[in-house]
Order: sequence, then C-alpha cells, then structure tokens
Amino acid sequence: MGSRASRLLREEEIEEIKKETGFSHSQITRLYSRFTSLDKGENGTLSREDFQRIPELAINPLGDRIINAFFPEGEDQVNFRGFMRTLAHFRPIEDNEKNKNPSATEPLNSRTNKLLFAFRLYDLDRDDKISRDELLQVLRMMVGVNISDEQLGSIADRTIQEADTNGDSCISFNEFIKVLEKVDVEQKMSIRFLH
Amino acid sequence: MELFFNPFDNLVCILLGISFTVWFTLLLVFIIVPAIFGVSFGIRRLYMKTLLKVFEWATLRIERGAKEKNHLLYKPYSNAIIAKEPTSLEEEIKEIRRSGSNKDLDSATEFELSDIFYFARRGVESIMDDEVTKRFTAEELKSWNLLTRSNYNFHYISLRLTVLWGLGLLIRYGFLLPLRVTLAFTGVGLLVFLTSVVGLLPNGRMKNFLSEKVHLMCYRICVRALTAIITYHDSENKPKNGGICVANHTSPIDVIILASDGCYAMVGQIHGGLMGVIQRSMVKACPHIWFERSEVKDRHLVAKRLSDHVEDKSKLPILIFPEGTCINNTSVMMFKKGSFEIGATVYPVAIKYDPRFGDAFWNSSKFGMVNYLLRMMSSWAIVCSVWYLPPMSREEGEDAVQFANRVKAAIARQGGLVDLLW
Repeated sequence: MGSRASRLLREEEIEEIKKETGFSHSQITRLYSRFTSLDKGENGTLSREDFQRIPELAINPLGDRIINAFFPEGEDQVNFRGFMRTLAHFRPIEDNEKNKNPSATEPLNSRTNKLLFAFRLYDLDRDDKISRDELLQVLRMMVGVNISDEQLGSIADRTIQEADTNGDSCISFNEFIKVLEKVDVEQKMSIRFLH
Repeated sequence: MELFFNPFDNLVCILLGISFTVWFTLLLVFIIVPAIFGVSFGIRRLYMKTLLKVFEWATLRIERGAKEKNHLLYKPYSNAIIAKEPTSLEEEIKEIRRSGSNKDLDSATEFELSDIFYFARRGVESIMDDEVTKRFTAEELKSWNLLTRSNYNFHYISLRLTVLWGLGLLIRYGFLLPLRVTLAFTGVGLLVFLTSVVGLLPNGRMKNFLSEKVHLMCYRICVRALTAIITYHDSENKPKNGGICVANHTSPIDVIILASDGCYAMVGQIHGGLMGVIQRSMVKACPHIWFERSEVKDRHLVAKRLSDHVEDKSKLPILIFPEGTCINNTSVMMFKKGSFEIGATVYPVAIKYDPRFGDAFWNSSKFGMVNYLLRMMSSWAIVCSVWYLPPMSREEGEDAVQFANRVKAAIARQGGLVDLLW
C-alpha cells in the first residue's frame, strides 16, 4: 500500500515491550513513530548512520559512545525492541516501583542500571574497569581543547584517587557506585515524558 | 458471419470516435482555452469544496469505527514526546568551556564523575525527539483524505468507507490521472515548440511580449495538469525586473506555481534528457541562467553571472530557492547566503501547501522524480497559497547571513511556518 510504516506494531508486541521496559501504550506508539522516522532505509532496524544524522547528537561530546550503547556487542543494526530497551534506562523511577517484589528482575530504569549505563560510557573496552586512559579520553571530549594535558592528567589522577579503594588505579563498578552514593542519579538520568 | 459483425464493428467505431471528439472538445473548452487567456471557470474551487465535505465524513467514520473496536488511534508524530530544556546543547557546551578556560591554573575545572550524566541525558533526549528530523518527515494529518499514503489508522474502517476509498481510487487513477498526463504532455510539448518558434524572432519588444505570453500559457496548462488550486495574495508586491525572487522550497512544483503568475528567469544546472530539451528551448525565447555541471562548483562564476543578470534592467527577475533542499512545508530551514550577497533587491515569496488534499512534499531520498510526479497527479488536488511579500534590501552594517535570516523570518511568519535556526 505504500504507507510509510512498512509494518505496524502489533498489540502483542506492544504488550511485551510494556512489560519489559515499563513504558505506557501511548509512549510506545509515539516512540515507534520516532523509530520509523529515523529509519531511512525502511528495513525495520536502525544503523549507526541513522543516529549520526541527528544534528544535536552529532555535537554532543559523548555522541558516539551513546550511539554505541544501543548496539549489542559486534552488531551493526538495532531493532525496535533493542531501541526501547536502551531508552528504558532513562525512564523516571516511579515511587510504587521502589516497593516492588524484591525477587523480581530489576527494572531497566533502576538506579543500579542507570549507573551501569553511565559506567559503560566510560568503560570503552568493556573490561568492567575505568582505567586512567579511558577517564582521560572522556575528560578530553567533555572539556574541549582549552585545558592542557597536564591539567587534565592531574584532574584524572585526583578523581581516581578519590574513588579507588582497592588500590588498582582503576575504578570498578562497585567503586563507581560508592562514589556516586550521594548523587541524585534518579533525577539526573531521567527524561520527563509529557504523557 | 461477416454481415453479422460489420454493423456492430461500425457502431463501436462510431461510438469511440464520438467519445474521443467529445473528450477533446471538453478538454479544449474547459481547460486549454481558459489557460491561454488566464481566466477560470471556478470548476476547481467547486471540486475542492465537495472534496472537503467528503473528507470530513470519512474522518468521522474512522473515529467512530476505532471507538467501537476500542482501539487506540496512532497519534500524529508532530506532538512532543518529552519535555526538553529550552537552552540548546551548543550554548551549554560553550558556557562550560568558557568558564573552564577563565579559571586560573590552580583552581582547575571542577570535574565530577557524575558530569557525564548531563551529556548522556541530553544525547538520549535528542534521540527521542529533535527539531530537525521532525521537519523532514511528511506532516501527518488529523483528517483522512482517502489516500492510504497519509494515514496509519487505515485499517480501522468500515465497509462503507472501503467502498468510498475504492471509488476514490477508481476516479483518481482511471479518470483524473490519464486526463492530467494528457494535459502535462500537451503543456510541455507546447512549451518546447512555441519557445523554439519565438526564439527565431529577432530580439526586441515583440519577442519579449510573445515569450511572456507563451511561458504563461504553458505554465497555466501545467497547473491545470496538476489540478493545482492556487490563491495569490498581495500581487502588488510581485517581483520586478532586476530583482531576485526568493521563496521557500517544498517540491519541484513550486516553480510551476510561481511561474504561472509571472515571468521569471530560472537558475539551475543543465540536465540531460527531457529536462535538458525543455531548458534549451526555454532559453531561446528569453534569457534564463543555466549552468554546466562544472560551472556549478565555481562560486565566483555563479555569483558573477547572477549579478550581471540583475544589473541588466531589461531582464526578468531571477527565481531562487535558497534553502537548497525540499522541506516538508511546516518550517523554513536556514537560507544559503549566496543569493543574498549579490546586493540586488530581494522579493520574498511564501508558499504554503494545504496538506488536506495531497502531500506535496518531495522526500528526494525516498522517491525519484517520476514517482513523485505520478503521486502528485494521482492525488485529489494540490491546494496552496502564495504570498508576495514587500521587497527587502540589505541594510547598512548587515552582512549577508543576517540579511538572509531576516528574509527567512519574514517568509516563515507570513506562511505560518516555523522559523528553524538550523
């Protein structure tokens, strides 16, 4: 029929995504609309180029790393489920979710999972440790060219010193969580939805 | 046996002959002759009113049908999904880096591991919703105009509506499309033939007069070939000789719409094939500015030819679309500054299409030109408004970019379009 969405989202799929990510029905259909408008090749998946076409993302210092977060290890295409799974990390935490059954699997937007998302933005080689080099790279991307290498180096050293508790000059995930104990992660890593 | 078939054959031939004659007479009287003289019978406006009534009915049926089945309708994408900060990321980054470099060496930039959160959130926000990508997809309609290509909710309809849609399909493809294609061929054919004939005349007032008439007539036939119903506002501001006419760009049809109301000198690259033939014959009758492919890269050459043209007051105003690419007619993108550096008077024109009748937006990455034209010709109609804005010139102390932005803002305001910064 030539309609733009080459396939419409079925009710069962919407239900599954709802259960997995916690998004509401209308949020899922809107994000599906968004997904299809980004999908220029119309093959139901997004590639890295589809993301890079967003101008605001291109100027973001962490743009490439955020894009990487959508793609599972070694893959070049992400389908709608994967897209939603990654976006789910930024859902705000609702109050009633905190008191849920502790034995159920942790929701994607829990505090720990939000921190894990941020940790993976630093940890490029996925070895579960943030090394000095990895920290320097991210620092350089965020502060630009006005700070000298020595200054940047000393900032990195100071940060690692404050966080490192087991003396291996790297920041592990647990040390990362400890340092950010007092930070309101829920608010900083959440996106406000209008509906 | 032979005797049996002969009178039958004859009858069929006679009937065919009669229907063809009637067809062509009707075509001539109702469409081509008015095109020549620039008058209108008002048939198209009546057609438009009827269509609107039918569409309203169709939309009500869908909404009722969806409510009965208790399904949620897909909402149009253009509504905002998330709440975003008013400051752009660019400005924030500039702030951060500026405050970093101002501090003296000892109290170096305060950095926290949590600083990354801000950029991560902004990045994912822009993935969910950003201004620029939105403007490039075709606008979605709240009311359905019986074209499946413009509606997601198509499968929630009743039998009656399907019948209506089928009837609409039949009318559009069986009646309107052949009619329009015939007209299009007539229009283009006449254009090529008559401009070549006029080109044989010696330069002078007679030639200019005739070329104007020929161009207008052929464009008007093309307008009818698309069933374009155009309303021109503020015609007293129409572009004059020695000026540059600047308009927002939604589709290749923009040219036909503007050129059927006034004579312009076109600017563009020489193509091969049919387009090339048309271009070459047009330039025989009056001076258009066509560039070879190699010349397009040379900005100085382009600027020189354009300024030579505007200085000659006997030459027609130049028609330029500074956005450079087709936008989906809800907003105006940044204008390329080349045309604003030349220093001539700029006559801005705003073109706004009414999306209820057919989406005129050409997504060049999805559809080729022929595909696009076929879609246009099999839509119900193309309804648009053209506003001629008062002329503007570059002021003292204003550079080309600021001038371009000023013109862009005026066009966006008039056409009810969003003025995008990007």
